[in-house]
Order: sequence, then C-alpha cells, then structure tokens
Amino acid sequence: MKYFGLIWKNAWRKKIRTSLTILSVLVAFLLFALLNAIGYAFRAGEDVSSAERLVVIHKISLINPLPISYEARIASTPGVAEVTHASWFGGYYQEKRNQFAQFPVDIKEYFALYPELIIAPEQLEAAAQNRIGTIVGHELAEQFGWKLGDRIPIQATIWTKADGGRTWEFELEGIMRSNDPRGSTAFMLFNHDYFDEARAFGKGTAGWYVLRIAPGADPVEVANAIDAQFANSPNETETSTEAAFAASFAKQFGNIAMIVQLILGAVFFTLLLVAGNTMSQSVRERIPELAVLKTLGFRDSTVLGIVLSESILIIALGGLLGLGIGWVLVQGMAQQLSASLPGVYLSPQALLLAVGIMIGAGIFAGFFPALKAMRLSIVDALARG
Amino acid sequence: MKFLNQAFAVTMLNLRNLPQRAGGSVVAVVGVAAVVLVFAAVLSMAAGFERTMLLAGSDDTAIVLRSGSTAELNSGLSNDQALIVANAPGVMRDGDSPIASAELYVVVDVAKQSTGDDANVPLRGVQPFAFELRHNVKITEGRMFEEGRNELVVGRAAQSEFGGLGVGDEIRFGQTRWTVVGAFEADGSVSESELWTDLRVLQTMYNRGSSVQSVRVRLVSPEAIEELSQALADDPRIDVDVTSEKDYYSSQAKPLSQFIKIVGYPLTILMAIGAVFGALNSMYASVSVRGKEIATLRALGFGPFSVLVSTMVESTLLSLIGGIVGGVLAFALFNGFQVSTLNGASFSQVVFDFAVTPDLLSQGLVAALIIGLIGGFFPAIRAARLPVAQALREL
Amino acid sequence: MAEILAKLEGVSRVYQKGKERVDVLHELDLEIEKGDFLALMGPSGSGKTTLLNLLGGLDKPTAGTVSVGGATLSSMSNSQLSNWRATHVGFIFQFYNLLPVLTARKNVELPLLLTNMSAKERSKRASLALEIVGLADRANHRPRELSGGQEQRVAIARAIVSDPQLLLCDEPTGDLDRSTADEILGLLRSLNADHGKTIIMVTHDAQAANYARRTLHMDKGKLETRATA
Repeated sequence: MKYFGLIWKNAWRKKIRTSLTILSVLVAFLLFALLNAIGYAFRAGEDVSSAERLVVIHKISLINPLPISYEARIASTPGVAEVTHASWFGGYYQEKRNQFAQFPVDIKEYFALYPELIIAPEQLEAAAQNRIGTIVGHELAEQFGWKLGDRIPIQATIWTKADGGRTWEFELEGIMRSNDPRGSTAFMLFNHDYFDEARAFGKGTAGWYVLRIAPGADPVEVANAIDAQFANSPNETETSTEAAFAASFAKQFGNIAMIVQLILGAVFFTLLLVAGNTMSQSVRERIPELAVLKTLGFRDSTVLGIVLSESILIIALGGLLGLGIGWVLVQGMAQQLSASLPGVYLSPQALLLAVGIMIGAGIFAGFFPALKAMRLSIVDALARG
Repeated sequence: MKFLNQAFAVTMLNLRNLPQRAGGSVVAVVGVAAVVLVFAAVLSMAAGFERTMLLAGSDDTAIVLRSGSTAELNSGLSNDQALIVANAPGVMRDGDSPIASAELYVVVDVAKQSTGDDANVPLRGVQPFAFELRHNVKITEGRMFEEGRNELVVGRAAQSEFGGLGVGDEIRFGQTRWTVVGAFEADGSVSESELWTDLRVLQTMYNRGSSVQSVRVRLVSPEAIEELSQALADDPRIDVDVTSEKDYYSSQAKPLSQFIKIVGYPLTILMAIGAVFGALNSMYASVSVRGKEIATLRALGFGPFSVLVSTMVESTLLSLIGGIVGGVLAFALFNGFQVSTLNGASFSQVVFDFAVTPDLLSQGLVAALIIGLIGGFFPAIRAARLPVAQALREL
Repeated sequence: MAEILAKLEGVSRVYQKGKERVDVLHELDLEIEKGDFLALMGPSGSGKTTLLNLLGGLDKPTAGTVSVGGATLSSMSNSQLSNWRATHVGFIFQFYNLLPVLTARKNVELPLLLTNMSAKERSKRASLALEIVGLADRANHRPRELSGGQEQRVAIARAIVSDPQLLLCDEPTGDLDRSTADEILGLLRSLNADHGKTIIMVTHDAQAANYARRTLHMDKGKLETRATA
C-alpha cells in the first residue's frame, strides 16, 4: 500500500471534478440502498420463513376458508409434528388508513409454532386466558402508543359480529418482537374462540393451517399426503412450504422487482459513464506524468494498477458514503413504514453486492484509461510533453 | 441590443465547436436522458394504473356495499337486501326492471402467462344488466355465457396476461370446470382483468347460497346518489354504504398509485441531483477546454456576459437533448407495456399498461431544463470570470 | 584505460512514420567510460534524444546492441527494462516533469517506492538527495510553488535518489535563464566530479557543453568525434 499516497493525491488532482464524481456515485448508491430495502419488503418473509413449516390453504385461493375440522385430520397425517390455524381478520384501528394485519389464532399453539416470536411467558398466558386478550408487535404498540391493559377497538371490514356490530374490542395483554432483525411483527394476534363465537357468519372455519413437520420427514411427501386426503372434496387443499408460499405471494406483485432492476440498471449505466469519463479525462491530462513514472522504472502493470486503484478509490468513496447515508435513511424508513410496509431492510447481502458493484464499476470505469496508460509509449508521451 | 448580438455570436461559435468536445457532452446528455427515462417509466406505471382504474368508474353508476366494507371482497349482502337496493328510489328503470346487477366476486388462482406463477384473478358473477351498467364493456370474440351454465367470458387483459383463457379453452378452479366462451373489451379498464360468469352459477359453485357482495345500479342522474343514499339509510332492514362507482375505483387506485408516486418523485429528484453533478462536471471540462478561445474573445473585446450566456446555452441545450432522448426512449420502451400486479384493496390482480402521458413527458423536459440551468450556472460564472491575461499566457 | 560503462555497437533506429521510413540513427558505435561527462550536440532531428532514450532503456534499437554496466538493454523485455531503470539510471528533462500533485519530497521519493525500503528510510534518502541539490528547505513545497531552477533541482534529486551510476539529461537547462542554467550545470559537474556519476547530456547550448569533459556532435544519425577540453 506504499502507492496509496500517490493514488490519493492523483485522485484529488482536480478537486471539483473528483468531488462531483464522488457525489454522483454517492447518489447512485444511495438509490441502490433505498430501492433494495424497499424491494426487500416486497419479497417480505421469503428470507425469514422456515422450510420446516408448511402452509395449507384452500386450493382455489387463499381467501377461501377451510373447515376447522381439518385441523385434526392434518394433525393425524404421518410426518406432522404440530399444527395450528389462523385466519385473516382485515380490520383497521380508528381510521381506514391505520390498516395492519390481525389474525385470530390459538395463541398458545401459534407461539409454539413460531419460536422466533418472543414474548414474556406471563403475557402469553394472560392473553390466552383473557377471552378478548390480544398480543401485538412492538412496532404497532410504538406507533399507536398502546400499553398493556389498554382497550383496543378494531373496526372490521369483513367480519360483522352476530349482534350486527362491526367494532371488536380487545384488551392488550402482551407485546411481542422477533428474534430475527429482518422479521417484522407488525401484526395483532387474538383468540380464535372469541372470534368464532362472535362472528355473524363463517363459523366453524379457519383461513389456513400452519404445521411443523416431524424431524426427518420429507416436506414434499407430507404436503402430498395432506392434499391427497382432501382431494375431490368440496374444499381441496394446497400445501406448500412457508418459504414457497411467501415467495408465491411476493410474486403476485409481479414485475416490481424487474422494474427496480431496470431503474438500477439505468442508474449504474449513467454512473459508469460519469466515472469513466472522469477517469479518461484525468488520464488524458497526465499522460506525460505517467510516462515519467515509467521512465523512473515503474512497470506497465504497476501503472495499470495505480490508475485502476484510483478509479476504484473514487467510486468506493462515493459508494460507501452513499451506502452509509442510505443505511441511516433505511432505518428511519423502516420505523415509519413498519405497519404499512413491514420488512424494509438493508440486508448484508445487499451491502456485499453494493461493495462488489463498486469494485466492478471502478475496474470498468478505469479499465480503458488504465489500459491506455499502460500501453503508453514513453518516447511518444515525453515528446508530447 | 449589443449585448444580445455579442452573446449570440459567442454562443454560435461555441455550439459550432461542440462536436470537438463530444466525449464530455455525451456524458451530460446520457445522464439527463437516464433521469427522464426513469422518471417517465416509473410514473407511467402510476398513470397507467390510475387510468385503468378510473376508466372503470362512471358517476351515474352507484355501487352499494355492506356498511364498513372497504372493498367488494369484504362485503356481503343477502338476496333480499340486494332486491331492496335495486328497487330503491333514484335507480333508473328499463321498463319494469331496475337497471341493477347484484354481483359476487371471488378470487381464483390462474397461472401468469409470462412466469407460470399463480396469481389471484378475480372471478365475478354478474346479472344481465352488468353489461349495460358498464358502458364500455362489449363482447369482441365468441359469445355471452348462457345463464345456468359453467361458462366464462374473459377480459382481454386477463386473457393476454394469464394462461389458458383462450375462447374454447376449458379451465378448472378447484373442483369446478369452466368453459371460456367469449372475450370482452372495456377500453382497457380494470374490468378487462376479470373473468365473468352467471351470478347463480357462481353462487352454487362456491356454496354461497343466494348471497352477493355488491349491487351496482344505474342512477337516474349523478345527483340521484343523494336520494339513493338517504333512502337506504332510512331503511331499517339494511345497513349499507353507497358510493359512486367513480369514487369507489379512485379510492381503490389510491394506495398503489400513491405508493408509486411516493417512491417515484424522490427517486427522480435524487437522480436529478446526480445528473446535475454530471452536467457540472462536463460543463467545467468544457469551460476549461474553451479557456483559450474564451480568453481570445475577451481580448478582442467581447464582454463576460456573452461568455456566460454561451455556456448556459450549451448546458441547457445538452440537457434538453438528453431530456428528449430520455422521453422518446421511455415512450418507445414503456408506453403500452402490459403488467399486472396485486391490488391490495381487492386482493386480486389488476392488469394495466404503462402510460407515458404528454403530461409526464413535459414534466420530464422541465426537469431536464432545470438540470441544464443548474449544471451550466456555476461553470458559466467561472467562464465569465476567467482571468484573460493569465489564460492568454498559457496559450 | 578506465572501465567502459556504456557501449553501442552498430546501432540503428528506424521509425515508421505512416508509409515513410525515417532513419534516425545509422550504424552507430559509441563507448562511454565510467565517470565521463559527455555533452551531445547537434541540430534538431539529428538523433540526440533517440540516442539518450536507447541508453536509458526507454527505446530499443532496430539493429545493433546497447549495453550499459554489463546489461544488454537491447535484448531485455519491457518489464526487465523497467526494473533496470529503477536502479541503474536517472533521467533529467528539459521541463522537469515533476508530478504536480506531490510535494518535492514525495516527488523525490517516487523511485524508492519501487524498492523494499521502509517509509522512514525512503524519507531519509529523499531528504539527503534534496540536501545534495541544496533544496532541503523546500521539501514540503509543491512544484507549482517552486521556481524553474528549483524544480530542476528537485528533478535532479529524484534522478540521484536511487543512486544510479548513469544520469541522462535531455536539455536540462533549455528552459532556464543563463545564471540559473549555470547553477544547474555546476551542480551536474559536482555530481560528476564529487559523486562519480557518469553523465550524458543532450544540449543545444555550447556554453552548457563547456561544463562537460567532452562533447560529441551528431548529424543525420551519425557521430563525429571532436574532443573538447
């Protein structure tokens, strides 16, 4: 690294030009960080879902309910260790824009199946004991300022109560969080028994089942065995791993990922052009100097390395700054959007990819100028100076 | 006038030399083009989605849902309630019968043609007046479904986006088999993303008894919605919300189109800032290349103002070229590009085309202009302040 | 007779300029003794600089052999030549060719980056070289902040910092006024006399040539020997 001083000084040969280039690179990587984090939310859950859990839904569509009697039949299927049910409630708090997910579940079974959800045991017990008890994610509690013991009225958009009311009241008994930094807990859990008794229609059904397979069981075989049981009944099932289920759900958003890629493509294309132009301007200006280095005995490969390093240095400076600012912004965004778009997250893979792109872009932008510098004929270059 | 003549002369001289500095200029142009391209592409998604949703809604049609429901999918009405709505005051009648369609809306899984992934596709059971209620719907291939049979007519957009929906195809949803007997168009509105069948058949197939989710009615006039709402609110037998179809669809369109805008505008601003840096860089380079020329002109007696103008014109012109290139590219690549996505409110797929509208293109050009002006300003100041004697000595 | 440091045998150098062949050097023979201070004079295009470039391993002959200090430059690869230059030869140019972004000391240090020396050692050597050329007090100035004569002294310090035997100077005073030129030439003479450097200097200036031990005249790619006192 004894050449670092030389490379650093050369990079700042024209301060305005280098600063402007660094700033445009900064913008590109800031965008990279933000778009990646939002894109992550759209693939939400894919990474945090487990391959050992299977999800059983109605074959026609997720929104068709399944009879509650299926739970026992699924439980007795070989290879199934534990099973529980959940449903979609689809309500909001106070105003329509305060929408988040609520699931009527068997609270104890649910937490047993999702060990990544963390809650104090006494809170779990209290919520299970209280007919109208509920547990919410810490994100929601923070957003709405809820404390244990609060009464939380939720307006139903689907499930009217048997008495015709649409306001369901719950009592906050517990606050949960996830042990995985990527996992969102921006949802609400409450007792299915209360839900089923009080609702006006749809009694005796559940939205879907979640199960854990026994150690050593083959998930594909278990899934096939479950679906076979209910084949040719009015309520056929479709069983898939949680990961595959999350992925197929994410795919419903369709080409959004592709569009994000496209934008990033355009951004990086422009970035390469700007940085490449800076490098070639900079090399063009100092052809005599590069020739002097060679005269002094610097080898062709060393000169190539020096120019390439300068290019990588400029891009890495801008890139790391951009990622840094992006990281800070993503933290803020994740908090702001925790209820409406949970799972905004800058993954280590994305950061790694960004660093890879920096090096790649640095090499690409510097390559032709560096090659030119390397191939420089000393005699000609000095004659020009 | 002398100022302007000078400025014009220097500017023309400058532009004639532009090709000699092509490298840096191309970078500035491409930078701006990328901004406008991305801006138009992203926002055309919002524009296309809104157009698709809004085309579906007319203000002389009212949609009646169970009170509190945010969407058809969440709603539920009994057959009796539906009849009360259809016969309420304010509803236009065709002879004896009210122009109304009670509808049931379910979601079925159909594979996307492009990827083969399952997608939630809306399957709608309708009554005969459904076609008259939606002004723009017409069967363009095959025929109408027959009442009482497992037959479907499919929207054109659904047909091209999802697989196995050709006229004459058989398709299975769960235990039920259906035959596609016709296709319809609806001026590209959201109806084209749907599959339609006879309400009775759908109720039977899905064990829904005689319940429906929504009732659409033709109003005698857009203002009659007040009368209808009042009448239904006063009726103790039902508890419903009445919305004009136009308002209903625009509220459904809002979350996604707002999301795109919330992402799109800041994205464009950030990219534009990046492009300003790129433009500044090229313009500084241009000024330093022109140093001798500028010094010579100044020595001949041209004023600093004319030099400033010439630099600003160069920058603005390059940016506008970039803006036009980006706009044309966006239009050529994206306009009419069909995509489908999950619309949260209806939990089903909406198929829509990107719409690169004149409005978006002019916004893009304005952005390009601003980038050019900012990108030219500081270099122009530097050019105007160039110390003449020193620059000449460096000749 | 003193030891021979550099030797050219039957050296020709032909350039291809478009379709035209230019004979710059034609079957040239030359021996340079260790400790010599040789001035090369001649009209433009006579091949002086090309001869210098061949001796410095910057260029290769079309025919013939060039050897310096036992190394046959004409048969070495480019990277071998780079390594050789780093330790065996120092260049001094008309326009100094310092890197504008580096201070005087860092400029002088440059050739040492190619060795395994520690940073401390490099800095010490550079200071020593600057002291020899009488610029120790300007070590932290950038080239832009120095006069022409000072820049050339820095360039000389850079040329001697890796302690090469041979110094090649191409019009070292061509851009300087008379009195500054005399200072630089005096410095070169002392490097030759006191430090034993072999110096070959291309010049147009007869007064500069007076500082050398002998002068060779070139014309049209050929040498004519004419010893000068």
